[in-house]
Amino acid sequence: MKKIRNFCIIAHIDHGKSTLADRLLEFTKTVTKREMQAQLLDNMDLERERGITIKSHAIQMNYIYEGEEYILNLIDTPGHVDFSYEVSRSIAACEGALLLVDASQGTEAQTISNLYLAINHDLVIIPVLNKIDLPGARPEEIKDEMVELLDCKREDIIPASGKEGIGIEAILSAIIERIPAPVGDPKAPLQALIFDSVFNSYRGIEVIFRVKNGSIRKGDRVKFMATGKEYIADEIGTLGLAQIPKQVVECGDVGYLISGIKVAKEVKVGDTFTHIDRPASEGIQGFSEVKPMVFAGIYPVDTSEFEELREAMEKLQLNDAALVWEPETSAALGFGFRCGFLGMLHMEIVQERLEREFDMTVITTVPSVQFRVLNTKDKLMNISAPSEMPEPNFIKTIEEPYINAQIITKSDYIGPILNLCMDKRGILKNQVYLTSERVELQFLIPLAEVVFDFFDKLKTISRGYASLDYELAGYQESDMVKLDVMLNGEPVDALSAIVHRSKSYEWGKKLCEKLRELIPRQMFEIAIQAAIGQKIIARETVKAMRKDVLAKCYGGDISRKRKLLEKQKKGKKRMRQVGNVEIPQEAFMAVLKIN
Amino acid sequence: MVEAIAKEIVLRKSYLPDSNIETIYFGGGTPSVLSRLELELLMQTIGEHFTIAADAEITLEANPDDLSQSKLEIFFQAGINRLSIGIQSFNEDHLQFLNRVHSAQEAENCVRLAKQIGINNISIDLIYAIPAPDHSILKSDLQKAFELDVAHISAYCLTIEPQTVFGNWLKRDKIKPINEEFAAVQFEILIETLAQNGYEQYEISNFARNKQYSRHNSSYWKQRPYLGVGPSAHSYNGTSREFNVANNAKYVQAIQAGSIPATYEILTAADQTNEYLLTGLRTKWGVNSGKLESLSGGKFAMLHQKELADMKKNGWLREESGSLLLTASGKLFADRIASDLFID
Repeated sequence: MKKIRNFCIIAHIDHGKSTLADRLLEFTKTVTKREMQAQLLDNMDLERERGITIKSHAIQMNYIYEGEEYILNLIDTPGHVDFSYEVSRSIAACEGALLLVDASQGTEAQTISNLYLAINHDLVIIPVLNKIDLPGARPEEIKDEMVELLDCKREDIIPASGKEGIGIEAILSAIIERIPAPVGDPKAPLQALIFDSVFNSYRGIEVIFRVKNGSIRKGDRVKFMATGKEYIADEIGTLGLAQIPKQVVECGDVGYLISGIKVAKEVKVGDTFTHIDRPASEGIQGFSEVKPMVFAGIYPVDTSEFEELREAMEKLQLNDAALVWEPETSAALGFGFRCGFLGMLHMEIVQERLEREFDMTVITTVPSVQFRVLNTKDKLMNISAPSEMPEPNFIKTIEEPYINAQIITKSDYIGPILNLCMDKRGILKNQVYLTSERVELQFLIPLAEVVFDFFDKLKTISRGYASLDYELAGYQESDMVKLDVMLNGEPVDALSAIVHRSKSYEWGKKLCEKLRELIPRQMFEIAIQAAIGQKIIARETVKAMRKDVLAKCYGGDISRKRKLLEKQKKGKKRMRQVGNVEIPQEAFMAVLKIN
Repeated sequence: MVEAIAKEIVLRKSYLPDSNIETIYFGGGTPSVLSRLELELLMQTIGEHFTIAADAEITLEANPDDLSQSKLEIFFQAGINRLSIGIQSFNEDHLQFLNRVHSAQEAENCVRLAKQIGINNISIDLIYAIPAPDHSILKSDLQKAFELDVAHISAYCLTIEPQTVFGNWLKRDKIKPINEEFAAVQFEILIETLAQNGYEQYEISNFARNKQYSRHNSSYWKQRPYLGVGPSAHSYNGTSREFNVANNAKYVQAIQAGSIPATYEILTAADQTNEYLLTGLRTKWGVNSGKLESLSGGKFAMLHQKELADMKKNGWLREESGSLLLTASGKLFADRIASDLFID
């Protein structure tokens, strides 16, 4: 156990975490150059393309230092605020962390919040200044920032370049010298912290864990303490480039467990497993159920593909435990699913995976957060879809979730960011200068305002310099209204949204305008109306088509014309009908584009 | 070329279900360039291998500038008894806009001349929706047609196709896209004025006096078999449609080698149903419900109960003695209505 070091890397997206990890693996000869694909740890296509790690993994390295062989477990962490709970569990499996900061960009909000998480878990922090080879590097300035942030010594900061392989040996030495070996009682009852799970279509769910106390042997009977489920450890081992089956995973080490679990939901990140025969008295602290923050309907573009969509969703859920869904019916869209996501990125990932891995094209409806509604009978309801919202006269109060948002930016952009946050109903709570040029702003802001285009806008107005992190800050009473859209008087349920009253007029107007662009002309006039209850607050008109008839239709034209009209008809089939109005699928996504 | 076409007629003498010919149509391009001998060769070949009905409609398509007195006499003597003349407009400015080589005067003269020679069954093409400040030119074009007392008028809406002169002009903003409202109003004026002057709209773009319909074109709309010969020609035998190669050299080469350079497509039950809808709804005879059921294998009414009811309710479609017909307002949306009734 004295020769084990468990650590993770805390870094902002693009600050070079994956590249640095690659160099560590190469230097310790865990992988050869030939085996090395760029950014090895991100092995989902999607992850590689987006350049972010969505699912965390672990990898073990062996390294001989001053004549002794050490086991180094690098635990990879997801880099997006949607997955902050998973980050916290990964951190809980470590004794130390590399804090990786880009030498030209400095610390970012995400880095800081993860750093605090690590410090709260008593992790030893090794500051690394990365990308020092870049022409734009400002090493001395960023070092100042890091010294202030960490209260560390300037000489403790290791200058490095993952790309050029600078500082790798120094980092490895620091890992061994500065990070303590794990503490734990090898003789105590087994306590293993689950910090990740990986789906394997042949072998079921692979559980990634860290042994805190005791040890586990192949064939042991184990119990997952939060779910109460029991399994046999069919295979255990450690994680090299591939899995290395072992007879035993000792106290303090990191390993994997395969026991024929089919569904990701059964494996809850943060759960503890122990022996059935000699159980631990309690689980490792910090477990909580992951709760979805953003909700939206997902519908097949082609209504006949509902069953295929269900199958795809079920398969997705096998390796995405955070995705929750239930069947939902919409008058406009037919049969689909109400889904809960960790955040907007998670929602986008699910949508993209449906398209890439299952070849499904889907319509995603207006994302919503979960509101708390107290009705006139004093019943408290959780509302995460406009259709569930009671009529206004049955509502006593509506509460909406707020977040504490932390934004770090260059001081030049404070003005526009303040405006953006005010516009999003945010309240400035605090403003701290990290250096003379960089400032941290803290806002209390409704989550509903952030789920749409906040992040994109923030990036735009700060030219990419601002970074955002947030945590839930409880519920507050708000004047929310349900805004409906009607086409020729027929409500289109899939276009309804719950919005703040102060925003409802602008929302209604913009949505109607966008719909006017997207809905094709038909043989009659189409009235597009936005309404709150009975009150119409905006209206647009799609003028009637005047004429749809080709001039000539003789012999050879007939075949060509038939094919043309058949093609048109196919296009129309993909549209949805509400009353007598045909709505193209893009219209249902209009809400996301109204700004 | 003409010899190759004559040879194709021989090669294809058994294509049609029977050898009785009711109509002949010389068209597509400028068949008016045919010499007396060429025209006679073709007529003779048809006569040798088919039985041409005594009252057969024999039409030739021509542009006004081709119709000299001598040409007209050749046509008349060869047995041509109907002319379809690409007049387009009797207005000099509009002819220029349409890039036509003939003048307004030539347009008028050739009709009179043809009649003098004895070809009385005359159809003229007119184009409407040509951009104009008002509808006066359309109205004067129609007046001129009435004056000339033509039997038949085909009136086509100006359409701008990509990869044509107009298409390129549109792309380069040299002309404006056709104003749909303007075109619709012109179409309505056209129908009304023609009706007042005794021209019956028997198809969306075709108008006839005293039931002098184009029998040849009507056959297309009634799904009757036809044989087309020459490059790019198409034929239909009731279940499949054939298309000859467009390239002249390839066409002649293949025919000389004794083979027909055609590709064909088999029309499924759905294709036949859809084509019947597409063409039939455009005509005054409409589509027969019984025929739709038999073409579609008994599926049509069942599949389209709701659409049919809605269309009738909206006043676009009416039913009359077992046939579905477009109403006056329905005619403006013939394509939309047909495609809504298509089956898979």
